Amino acid sequence: MHYDLIIAGVGGQGILSIATVIGRAAVHQGLHLKQSEVHGMAQRGGAVSSHFRLSDGTIFSDLIPLASSDLILSMEPMEALRYRPWLKPEGWLVTNSVPIPSIADYPDPVRLQAALAEMPHRIVVDAVGLARAEKSPRSVNMAVLGAASPCMPFPEAVWEEAIREQFSRKGAEVVEANIRVFQAGRNEALRSADTPKKT
Amino acid sequence: MHGISGRRLLLTDEAIAQAALDAGIGGAYAYPGTPSTEILEYIQQAPEARERGVHRLWSVNEKTALEEGLGHSYAGRRALVAMKHVGLNVAADPFVNAAITGVNGGLVLVVADDPSMHSSQNEQDSRFYAGFAGIPLLEPATQQEAYEMTRAAFDWSEQWKIPILIRIVTRLAHSRADVVTTPPIEPVRLELPQDPRQFVLLPANARRNYERLLDQQAVFQAHSEASPYNVRTGGRRRDRGVIAAGIAYNYLMEAFTDTGECPWPVLAIREYPLPAAAIARLAADVDSLLILEEGAPLIESRLRGLLPGGKPIHGRMDGTLPRSGELTPDGVSAALGLGRPKPAPVPTVVRPRPPMLCAGCPHADTYRFLKEFMADHPAGRVFADIGCYTLGALPPFEAISSCVDMGASITMAKGAADAGLTPAIAVIGDSTFTHSGLTGLLDAVMENTSMTVLILDNETTGMTGCQTSPATGRLERIIAGLGVDAAHLRVVIPLSKNHDKNLQVLREEAAYPGISVIISRRVCLQAVPKG
Ligand SMILES: Cc1ncc(C[n+]2csc(CCOP(=O)(O)OP(=O)(O)O)c2C)c(N)n1
Ligand code: SF4
Repeated sequence: MHYDLIIAGVGGQGILSIATVIGRAAVHQGLHLKQSEVHGMAQRGGAVSSHFRLSDGTIFSDLIPLASSDLILSMEPMEALRYRPWLKPEGWLVTNSVPIPSIADYPDPVRLQAALAEMPHRIVVDAVGLARAEKSPRSVNMAVLGAASPCMPFPEAVWEEAIREQFSRKGAEVVEANIRVFQAGRNEALRSADTPKKT
Repeated sequence: MHGISGRRLLLTDEAIAQAALDAGIGGAYAYPGTPSTEILEYIQQAPEARERGVHRLWSVNEKTALEEGLGHSYAGRRALVAMKHVGLNVAADPFVNAAITGVNGGLVLVVADDPSMHSSQNEQDSRFYAGFAGIPLLEPATQQEAYEMTRAAFDWSEQWKIPILIRIVTRLAHSRADVVTTPPIEPVRLELPQDPRQFVLLPANARRNYERLLDQQAVFQAHSEASPYNVRTGGRRRDRGVIAAGIAYNYLMEAFTDTGECPWPVLAIREYPLPAAAIARLAADVDSLLILEEGAPLIESRLRGLLPGGKPIHGRMDGTLPRSGELTPDGVSAALGLGRPKPAPVPTVVRPRPPMLCAGCPHADTYRFLKEFMADHPAGRVFADIGCYTLGALPPFEAISSCVDMGASITMAKGAADAGLTPAIAVIGDSTFTHSGLTGLLDAVMENTSMTVLILDNETTGMTGCQTSPATGRLERIIAGLGVDAAHLRVVIPLSKNHDKNLQVLREEAAYPGISVIISRRVCLQAVPKG
């Protein structure tokens, strides 16, 4: 089993903590992983991404080859599209719908929607709204992870365990809030008709 | 993710740090720089470093870090020194000379290269430095190997009494994987050096030591030929042989993930000096060679030599692979002539999103009054430096004319002022100032050069994640100590409400026909000092 994903976003959006939760889930499942991270200058509000590779066998490259990623998981809609060359034809694109228009030439919403609509397998969720509805506005990344979770090769219980571990130091309330937001994202994705029913 | 021993998820930077702790170091010295920063950050926070009293320091620059490491080694303790690739330029003097003195306690230097210049001003290849100084170099391909090599490097360093260089690259440094660690040893404590001449590089001693270093080359060479890190694998085809150095091996094998075997013979190279005999054997067995190496075509250029003839060699120098930039699994597949599925293009709506200053960053307020001042002085120029404030080169500021190497703001402004450019303004961060700006400022003080230095003091090393800055709490005293006239050492607070006041201070100091310094001080918004 090999499973590759790219986690995308804008510096400061918490993509590293998404990666850490997936890492914990992978360890629970006894899988090998390689996870590349972006540090340094790009973290200052620039485009950031992490290549994440999971396997029950040897993983050679730290980078995912083009046209072979199973999933793009993005905190921002334009950033999701940036990594399209890595996505395999049957791969999934899962993204937060709320833009961060921090650049002068950010595309207008209609063109951006149209570009997203061209992606054959996509899940677009208002992760900001979902996190807010659960009164945990800082957990936007968990909503996106929840929305992507049905695409990934882990049973549901493993996710909860991984999130617990991740936030346990911050107290029971934070843990529960993040699990609720994750669930909200997951339910939203499962409602869309064509979601893969892998787990 | 610290622990005693066993299996854990570590960045390569962290695996190296953990290995150094497990190898019983007494000290760790570094100057931050992407992608090497996480090495010392890990050691700073490691419980066992605290328990074992490991001395750990963000040194003022890479030169001081390496010299401190050498002194630690002299005193019989093991030391780890870490820096980014351009840091080795700063530390080049102690680096080359430490090969001549040799070491006492194990001394391992880790240098992180940044091919493709993700966070750097060049993509120089540190492997050249190892050959230049005549010391062994290790180039791990995986996190696990980084751990094991670091542990071995300390033993070899003591055995051969020579510093060992470990070279990693961005993609490896910042990639996490599971690493199995082995039990730590007790901190190493050796006698002081027995030979009183070893570290005294008077010409007579240096000549003797240099002969010893030259004699050792054969030892390093033999070790490399037999090294478990330079291994021959691969299949039976003979139309080509592949030399894959460091992480290039991963990209090669990625193409054969299904079978786990490359159909052509492969010589993996992860220990230098180059295993010349192994390379010659491979070349004899095959019709042509493909050289895969991250960074510059070091191996390839050695094999090509200057004279024509011999078997065809392919690599970065004949266009089989791009001459610059990092390797990719796709680029290596193409070089092997293997087909890959065609990727979809990036949709045209996607725009570049470069990094930018944090909203409310003190540097933005400084650039606002600086930009207004420069608008009135079109013949003047701003010579800047490296740090978050380098983003002043991009819109909306577009306020700086140079960024070359750490400290060059002050010295370039001085050189330009000497040539008659006025007003000559230098912009430099507090950490960069102590790293390499002090000496240049002294040059300007010596000649009372007509220029103004703006020190953007955010009381931290912002760009690399807020490490302690040596200037914090002592900057005025340092500057006064260098001899800057107290009347022309001004401090301003970069806030929009102070804009007019700050602009006025800059006008006054720029008009002064001598060296003046303005400290623009407000703490970085991200500053949570990490040690
Ligand atoms: C020789 C060398 N060492 C390290 C670096 C990496 N680096 C660039 S700027 C910088 C420090 C920036 O700190 P400071 O000058 O205080 O500016 P700030 O980012 O806080 O604005 C570092 C560590 C480098 N480019 N060159
Ligand atoms: S990290 Fe600090 S210095 Fe750098 S842009 Fe942000 S606020 Fe400014």
